[in-house]
Amino acid sequence: MSTSLFYAWVGVLLCGAGLFGFIVHDHLLRRLLAFNIMGSGSFLMLVGLAQDGRGVDPVPQALVLTGIVVAVASTALALVIFRRWHRVSGESMLPEDV
Amino acid sequence: MNRRNVVAAVVCFVLVAALAAAVGLRPTQVADLPTLVAENIADSGASHAITSVLLDFRSYDTLLEIAVLLVAVVVALALQEAQLDGADRMGLANPLLRAVMSWLVPLMLLVAAYLLWAGSSRTGGAFQAGAVLAAAGVSLRLAGVRLAWMEHQALTRVLLALGLACFVGVGSVLLALGRGYLDYPQAWAGGLILTIETALTVSIALALLSLFRLAPPAEDDTLPDRRGRRRE
Repeated sequence: MSTSLFYAWVGVLLCGAGLFGFIVHDHLLRRLLAFNIMGSGSFLMLVGLAQDGRGVDPVPQALVLTGIVVAVASTALALVIFRRWHRVSGESMLPEDV
Repeated sequence: MNRRNVVAAVVCFVLVAALAAAVGLRPTQVADLPTLVAENIADSGASHAITSVLLDFRSYDTLLEIAVLLVAVVVALALQEAQLDGADRMGLANPLLRAVMSWLVPLMLLVAAYLLWAGSSRTGGAFQAGAVLAAAGVSLRLAGVRLAWMEHQALTRVLLALGLACFVGVGSVLLALGRGYLDYPQAWAGGLILTIETALTVSIALALLSLFRLAPPAEDDTLPDRRGRRRE
């Protein structure tokens, strides 16, 4: 394990932790958080892998910036749908998990 | 320990092992992207590497990004309830918050304009500027300030679509002029990129703010209680 790939390794761990949380939790808000942690992990891996001893690589950084915007949009949409679901049903989980 | 936790732990272990193998056994570098970007940056309309990648070399990504943002808002609009959260429902009745906002909002507008302008040569850009603008809008909303122009539906929708429309419009005009899609002529690249970035900033800020506004309010008299029964 080289120190230059520190961020990529942290990203690997975040992906694992996010997936674990996503499977274990039922509450939709927790699932959304876990999903975001997984996403952050993959962003960190993308940016971190480019640090392989060749300085700043603008291409993965630009890709991750695009990814962050899409992640923010999908999180916000998920929250809108979740709040709507909560209003309609009064539940904070999906029917199979209750 | 229940079964689901064990399964989750196993699945995660497999994922982490696979990712670790991918990072550990990564292939040797096939293309030197930083050098490639540095060599071609003079041809692009921006002097900052990330901006030139975002809006010139890989402008399709940015085009699709703003399209995704627009689709998210359209879905949220489709789920919208008859009654939007009015100013009276959102505002925290706090005079201190209002006083602080009257100091902060002009600063936020200034920072957003700077970030947009700086994007072509330094750190900054359309998304950062849009995010700051959206944050200003969200804090205004939390302070109970009513943004009357946002209730003007036609105007809001035009502004929401402005970013994507500007991007597609520039691409199509270039196509009609016999160039590739989004292949800017070198002399115009700087101006075109700044125009697109400005339109993107407006649309991104409004999209994020709309998504915040469109979340249905949680508390209401007709809200069913935990068992799903309507309150009397």
